[in-house]
Amino acid sequence: MKQDRFIAFILLMLALSALSGLVLITVFIFKEGLPLILQTGFRDFFLSSDWDPKGEHFGILSMIVGSLAVTVGAMAIGAVFGLGMAIVLTQFCPPGLVSILKPLIELLAGIPSVVYGFMGVVTIVPLIRNHLGGPGLSVLAASIVLGIMVLPTVTSISVDALKAVPRAYWEGSVALGATKWQTTHMLMLKAARSGILAAIILGMGRALGETMAVIMVAGNALEIPGSPLDPVRTLTSNIALEMGYATGRHREALFATGVTLFVFIMIFNTTALAISRRSAGKGGGR
Amino acid sequence: MFPGKEFLWCATIAAAGVLAVGCSDTQARSVAVVGSTSVQPFAELLAEEYLAKNPAESVEVQGGGSTAGLQAVVNSLADIGMCSRSLSDEESLEFEGTVIARDGLAMVVNPENTVKDLSTEQLRGLFSGVIKNWQEVGGPDCPVRPITREEGSGTRDSFVHLVMGKERISRRALTQESNGAVKELVKGDKAAVGYMSLGMVGSELKTVRVDGVEPTAANVLAGVYHLARPFLFITQGEIRPEARRFFDYVLSEEGQEALEREGLVRNQ
Repeated sequence: MKQDRFIAFILLMLALSALSGLVLITVFIFKEGLPLILQTGFRDFFLSSDWDPKGEHFGILSMIVGSLAVTVGAMAIGAVFGLGMAIVLTQFCPPGLVSILKPLIELLAGIPSVVYGFMGVVTIVPLIRNHLGGPGLSVLAASIVLGIMVLPTVTSISVDALKAVPRAYWEGSVALGATKWQTTHMLMLKAARSGILAAIILGMGRALGETMAVIMVAGNALEIPGSPLDPVRTLTSNIALEMGYATGRHREALFATGVTLFVFIMIFNTTALAISRRSAGKGGGR
Repeated sequence: MFPGKEFLWCATIAAAGVLAVGCSDTQARSVAVVGSTSVQPFAELLAEEYLAKNPAESVEVQGGGSTAGLQAVVNSLADIGMCSRSLSDEESLEFEGTVIARDGLAMVVNPENTVKDLSTEQLRGLFSGVIKNWQEVGGPDCPVRPITREEGSGTRDSFVHLVMGKERISRRALTQESNGAVKELVKGDKAAVGYMSLGMVGSELKTVRVDGVEPTAANVLAGVYHLARPFLFITQGEIRPEARRFFDYVLSEEGQEALEREGLVRNQ
């Protein structure tokens, strides 16, 4: 008994210290970044795209637009392919093939992002430049690269959601004479809806936070992109590009960029959590 | 009692790990040279040759940027800072900068671009976004895509100082974070124009004459090619004898020749 309590205590301490790391990071980012946002004013910080650290202009609108554009683009690709993959893996695939395909997709998550970025620069960027025009480094290139990077997240969480649908639903549908595809899109996808939505939102969080690959393929221009072929700078790449040199107010402005990013990610993750909780409360019981 | 003992072991090992990380090697004797990523490859090369001749010494070269180099000298994290731009008036009160070499700033375009000669005025127009088509400067009918470096880069600072003056670089300009990335982009894009260290141009890009002067080491040395910047070693007060020995090697005939071989211009 005494030993149990001792171990429980140690584990609690470990858990708390991990958590305190998160708290410290949060406090630090806000402490460094928030004063600058307040001094610059919400309007000049969030609604201006005039970023000129030397001239004390810190407007991040173009980067907010950039981050959102790239994330939406990535999800347009990642969600379609990831969900398609999840449907195939759970509904239409012989078990033998599943045991090969699923680890392969999960392997995608293990490839370092700089490798994705490099592949993008060498293959996707010239393709876009030569066939579609523009500089090649663009929203589109970043979307494609990120779309591939979020595949494992979207696929594996969607697979879990589809597997969680009670087998009896499927059997009932097939017994009533529905084809496999009818069962899938009219019943399975509806039943697993919230899980799939959570998968997509978590994928968005991943796309929004990715840095290295985006710096390499997005072009990092400060103008608000007018088309998918225009270059773009995201919030993350702005921090990573300039952090090495930044001092004083410039440094604070980068932390303020981090605060913005932090808030976005928080919104995404909380939404995903809320959605998956709701689904657990509703359809989780067998 | 066995599991308890095992647990204790684990805890001990974990604690030891934390301690080991905590007191990492702060007493390292090696000479730390930190700063500009433009100077870094040359400093690394010099360090390599220096160490080959003096195996007992130890020199470590790190990047991070010119400003980060100054910061590192202030914090005593570096013995010598590397800087790829002239020091500002305030900075030169605080630091001592020694020119170890000079570097030309080459304007590069894709080999397919027919433009051969640009004036400083035209360059300013190309990068500020006033000149939108290569036709306006005697080139092919093709939009202009300026490629710049990230805010704070020594190369960018020099370019702004030498070419842009008060004008701002267009917001549409693509931003790349290294000489290598600029090179890769200009190599593949017919519309691109970029600037980079003369020593790093290589054979795959085309350089343009600026105000009629060919960007060569000889022209930089003669002072006729005016897009040139100093590479500085930054110190503050007395430096350690081992750092001084490396410093002296860099300024010696041998060190200067090595720099020249790499495409830089000696410090005269």
